[in-house]
Order: sequence, then C-alpha cells, then structure tokens
Amino acid sequence: MNKFVIKNMNLYYDDFHALKNINMNIHEKKITALIGPSGCGKSTLLKSLNRMNDLVEKCTIKGDILLDSEDIYAENSDVNLLRKRVGMVFQKPNPFPMSIYDNIAYGPRTHGVKNKSKLDEIVEKSLKSAAIWDEVKNDLKKNALRISGGQQQRICIARALAIEPEVLLMDEPTSALDPISTTKIEELIQELKKDYTIVIVTHNMQQATRISDKTAFLLNGELIEYDKTVNIFSVPKDKRTEDYITGRFG
Amino acid sequence: MSSKSFEYFMKGVFLISAVISVVAIILICLFIFTGGIPFIQEYGLKHFLLGTEWKPSNTPPSFGILPMIMGSIYVTIGAIIIGVPIGVLTAVYLSKFCNNKLYKLLKPGINLMAGIPSIVYGFFALVVIVPIIRDIFGGTGMNILTASILLGIIILPTVISMSEASLKAVPEGYYKGSIALGATHERTIMSVILPAAKSGVLSSIILGIGRAIGETMAVILVAGNQARMPARITKGIRTLTTNIVIEMAYAADEHREALIATAAVLFIFILIINGTFLIVRRRSKN
Amino acid sequence: MSKVIRFAVKLSAIITFGVLFFMIGHILIRGIPNLTPSLFGLKYTTKNISLFPAIITTLMLVVLTLLVATPIGVFTGFYLIEYAKKGSKLVEIIRITTETLSGIPSIVYGLFGMLFFVIYLDFQYSLLAGTLTVVIMVLPLIIRSTEEALMSVDDSLREASFGLGAGKLRTIFKIVLPVTMPGILSGIILSVSRIVGETAALIFTLGTATKIPNSFFSSGRTLALHMYVLSTEGMHVDESYATGVILLLVILIINVLSTLLSNKLTKENRNE
Repeated sequence: MNKFVIKNMNLYYDDFHALKNINMNIHEKKITALIGPSGCGKSTLLKSLNRMNDLVEKCTIKGDILLDSEDIYAENSDVNLLRKRVGMVFQKPNPFPMSIYDNIAYGPRTHGVKNKSKLDEIVEKSLKSAAIWDEVKNDLKKNALRISGGQQQRICIARALAIEPEVLLMDEPTSALDPISTTKIEELIQELKKDYTIVIVTHNMQQATRISDKTAFLLNGELIEYDKTVNIFSVPKDKRTEDYITGRFG
Repeated sequence: MSSKSFEYFMKGVFLISAVISVVAIILICLFIFTGGIPFIQEYGLKHFLLGTEWKPSNTPPSFGILPMIMGSIYVTIGAIIIGVPIGVLTAVYLSKFCNNKLYKLLKPGINLMAGIPSIVYGFFALVVIVPIIRDIFGGTGMNILTASILLGIIILPTVISMSEASLKAVPEGYYKGSIALGATHERTIMSVILPAAKSGVLSSIILGIGRAIGETMAVILVAGNQARMPARITKGIRTLTTNIVIEMAYAADEHREALIATAAVLFIFILIINGTFLIVRRRSKN
Repeated sequence: MSKVIRFAVKLSAIITFGVLFFMIGHILIRGIPNLTPSLFGLKYTTKNISLFPAIITTLMLVVLTLLVATPIGVFTGFYLIEYAKKGSKLVEIIRITTETLSGIPSIVYGLFGMLFFVIYLDFQYSLLAGTLTVVIMVLPLIIRSTEEALMSVDDSLREASFGLGAGKLRTIFKIVLPVTMPGILSGIILSVSRIVGETAALIFTLGTATKIPNSFFSSGRTLALHMYVLSTEGMHVDESYATGVILLLVILIINVLSTLLSNKLTKENRNE
C-alpha cells in the first residue's frame, strides 16, 4: 500500500531549484530513510510531506504529493488537519517550555480534546508508546526542559503520537543525542513501525541500514536511487550512490 | 466565526495595531507643522529664526526665537562638556576597572539614575546647586552654568549605559594583543579599546544631546528663563522647550501660534539629531 | 600617564555615584520627616497640601495608559515579527516610526496632545487626553521590548507547534507569548517608570487640577506634576521634598522589579 505518492515534484526557494522532478512512493507502515550529503534536499523533501515548507517565504512547489490519493497541496486542503495526520519530530529536541503533561496534551487540546480524563488517558498512552512513561510518570508536572536531551526527544515523539497521526516524519532525530539515547530511539522507531508509516532523514548510514525498510538517496536535489535498503547498501545501481555509501564523498 | 476567518480577523487586528504608531507620528507632524508653519510664513522665517527680540506683549509684538535657540545650544553644549567626559570615563570604570562584586552594586545604580524623574533632578538642582552657584557667582544662581550642570547630570545615565555597552562589545583579543605588546592596562584602554568603541560612544553622546535639548521642566526651575540673548554663563537664559511651557498657559492667537512654531523648530532639531543617530548606528553595524 | 588616566577614571566614577547617592540621601533625609499624616489627607486643601490625590491620579494614569498601550504595542510586535514578510516596506516604515517616536521630547508630545486631544477633539484638560498622549509616548518602549523578546524565541518551538497542526494564533498565544512574557513585562515596567516621571507631556493635557479625577473628562495631577507645581510656586519646599521621597520610592521599587525580571529572563526558558 502506498501512503504517499509523489509525482513530478519540483520545489524552488526563490530562484534556487531545491528539488528536481521527484517521483517516489512511500509505503504504509514501513520505515523509509532519506539519505544524502548536506544540502541535497532530503530535509526539504521531508518537510514538503506535511507542508512545513509553507513557513518558508518564497517557497513554491510544482507537481503532486498525494496522501491516501488526495493532493495535500490542493486549494481546499486543510494544512492543520494534514499536520495532525502527518506528525513530525525534529532534529533538535524542542519541547515547549511547559510541563511534560502539557507538552503531550498540547496537540490533543489543539484539536479540541478538553475532557480531563480523556487527556490523562492520551498522555499516558503516548508516553508509553514513546517508551518513556516509566521514567517520567511521577514527574508529569515537571518542566520538560529540566530532563535530559534523550528524554526530551522521546517526549517530543510522544507529543507527536498524542494526536494519533498516521505518518511520522523524523528529521535526523538522533543527531543531537548520545549513543545510548540513540539506541533507545532506534528501538522505539522499530516498535512504532507496527502502527505508523515512518519517514526518517538521517546522516548516519548505519542507522539507515539498521532501521529502515527502504532507502532513498538524494544528491543536489535529485532522487538518484530508491530501493529496498538491503539493495541500496549491498548492490547500488548508481555509481554516485556507491560513492556516497562507501564514504567517498559527503 | 470559523477558526480560519478568526485567524484572518486577528491578523487584521495586529496590522491595525501596527499602523497606529505610524498614524500617531503623521498626526504629530500634521498638528505641529500646520500649527506653526502659517505663522512662520506670515512673520517671515528669517525674522522668526534670527530675530533677537521675543516680546509677545509689545505692540507690535516681536517673535524672534534666536535667544531661545542660542539658549538651547548653550545649555546643551554645557551639558556635553560636563556630562560626556564624566559619563564616558564612568563607563570605562564600570567596564574595565571595577571588580564583579562592585559592578553588581553600581550597575543597578545607573539604571536607577536613568529612572529617576527629571523633575526630581530639577528640584535637587534648585535646592542644592542654585544656592552654591549663587554663593560663588552672586546673582540669582539660576543661569546657563546651573542649567548645564543639571543637564550634564541628567544625561549621565544615557551616556554611561550606551558607552559601557559598546566598550563591552570590543573583542577581548584587542585587549590581549595590546597587553602582549607591553602596553599598560590604562594605555590599552585609552588607545585601543576606547577608539574601537568610538561609534557606540558617539551614539551615546548624540542620544545625550537629544535628551538635553528636549528636557523641559527641570530646566525651567534653574535656568532663569529670561528671553534674551545669552551673555555670560552666569546669566539666566530661556530654551526652546521652556519657552513653550512658560507661555503656553496664557498665550492666545498669534502668540500661541508663535509658540507652536517654536515647537516645530525644536521638532526639526530633534529629527536632525535622531537622523544623525540612526546614521551613526547603522554605520557602526556595517 | 597611567596614573593620570587611572585617577581621571576613578574620579569620574566617584562624581557620578557621589551625585547619585548625595541626591538620593539629601532628598530622603529632608523628605522623610515631612511625610506627615496630613500630607495623606483624602482631599487636597491649601492648608494640608495633600499628595494623596496625586498618588491616586498617578495610579489611574498608569493603569489606563497600560490598558491601552500594552495590547497595541504587543500586537504591533506580533505583526512585525510573526506576520510581516522580512524586509517589507511596512516593517521598515514602522521601525523608523518607533525610532523617531522614542526620540521626540515630551514637550512636543505635550503640545501635540493639547492641540489634538484637548482642543481639536475637545476633550479639555482631562484624564483621557493625558492618557492618550502618554500612550503614544510609551508605545515605542513596549513595541521594542516585545519585538526583541519575540526575536529571541527559538523558531523550533513555532515549528513544533505548527507540526502538531496548531494554527498561527494558537501558536502565538499558547507557545510564543508565555515565553516572551518576561521581556514584554520589562517593557511595561520601563513604561511605568516613564509615565510616573512624566511632566512636560502632561501639564497641557492632563492639566494640574488638585482633585482626583472623577471621570475620563476631568483633570488631575500626577505626583511628578505636583512636585513641579510646588517647586515653581516656591512656597512648599517641605512638601516638595516629601513628594520627591515618594517618587524615588516608586522608581526604586520599579527598578528592583525589573532587575528581578531580567534575571528571571536569563535563567528560565533556556534549553541547553
């Protein structure tokens, strides 16, 4: 099943042609990794999936991006609803400067959940899914900035899960974390695959091999190769892919 | 109202708020200039600006504001002579000579100084400085010198805070480089750090000038307020600002228009000073 | 040479702080004994020279001014930072406007307030005319502090909120505003000290009536104006000292508050 279908997509920042004629399908309940050197457009591609690029001035997009066969850039599509369906976890943990509880409850409250016991339930469930419930269950009123970076990132994942998205976009979610926290997050991502479609941008090729089902390699705004992760890393078809994964550039 | 149209509505509210200050400044220019310019046209710009006699109750009245322009310039220069060296050197002291503990005590003092209402300074000058000046120089003690001292004190916090900030912004490397060449702490500060911070210090002085020229109520208390060409620094004068306050309460018709025109002249002075300030600051940013 | 420089620097510091402490000391020593109960009589008479009405009028002016100026200033900040496109003409114009406004001497505001509010709109010398004049004066302070606070908010917080499907307004009011509150508050505190110390902008707008204003359209006098009037009359030196004490006290409290706030500002809400 295809969750996202990207057809002939071009993206420009003002004059700069950041993504060139991208065509790819993203499978449901699989982990898709986007790799490539800095500035290749992988984060831009990720952000176009929940229209976070709308926040960038002078960013224009041509072509189609379909989520469950519906064009997410259509005139009448509701961007806030889209972002509810397509959640996002950022590179640097960015909890709101409020309590852990309020962080998790922010999304549901945004989308109209007011009932206290319902919120309690969502908070507990999300924190459990993000494998951090046991660590923070006695500190739900604590300011989320007062916990470690690794914990903060799992809070951010829990926060994204709390609005029950269908897709989870992750923009280098472990690049700011220590190895132990990274392992925890990677295990968590594997676990989440059961329920969510996951697209992850990563600089770390070992990470891509460890966790992803499919991998896309981008270079200078072009999608060079997109295949099963096993194939990309063992028998790449394109010379440039091979150069990149063997560390010859980037 | 749907959430989307509410978003639009509030964006409109924010935009209107943002435009209010623009409207305010347009209104200010409009009322000050349309209130003053017709009078200047009728009376003659040259007579108005260069006339040395201000006698609104004479027949025919004379409305020359040169005495007040000179008065403002005299006391402002006086304030600069007194306030700038002390202010800049105090900033040097705060940023380069005093230890952390003392700094934590003194810095709030400067903030406090900036917050004290000018009328309190004016009153202090009236009850303390005026008698001293009177004892030394005779006369009433209300004169250019007293007003200059008062304004020198009033501009101190402005000069100190801005100079200190720009002294602090000088890269540490400059200091170390000079010390490494064997220069003393003092010499390094005077010949390396202070010149490096000069545009910030200059901005602080310009801001101080603006403050001094615009000050009104404190000056009234100690300047003597005689509308005549300044002669000696121990003689009283009147400034542009004080001229407005002293006579506005009872002025009518032409006399009142002349006072509004005085404000227009003051306003232009300030615009020039502000413009200079913005240019100096922009240049220092580049 | 070094010795001369050192001497000049230290002497300057001694003069600055000497003047400050001497002035404060002088006013406190001469003023505190004059803070007699009759000075706080509910009504001003030529006998008691009560400053109580002036205290209440000051309070009224501060509250009213902030009620009007705070939303306008904060909303302007919102527009400039959260909505306007970078480098837009309007933003440039508003920046220049606020910079110009903050340099205009209060007497020009006062005269404008008199010509526009008092005469043109026929508000007379009144609380309303005084308030509106001072509102324009403190707007740049609030706008600038709001702007600075908004600019210091990490964009990743806004992204996180948008990423959860929150709209712009919700993001601004629920995420950005709480973080910027201390910065905005410091602008408000600065405004309070400006309003409390103001005289030239008020003498021809608020007027100098000795009663507590009983409506928006009646005149009154603030503490600073009261002190000015007493000083020019020259008959009530003791009462002037006493008013000075109250003014210094207010400014002192405001300063302590703002110092506490700026400490809080640097400590909290930092994610290192």
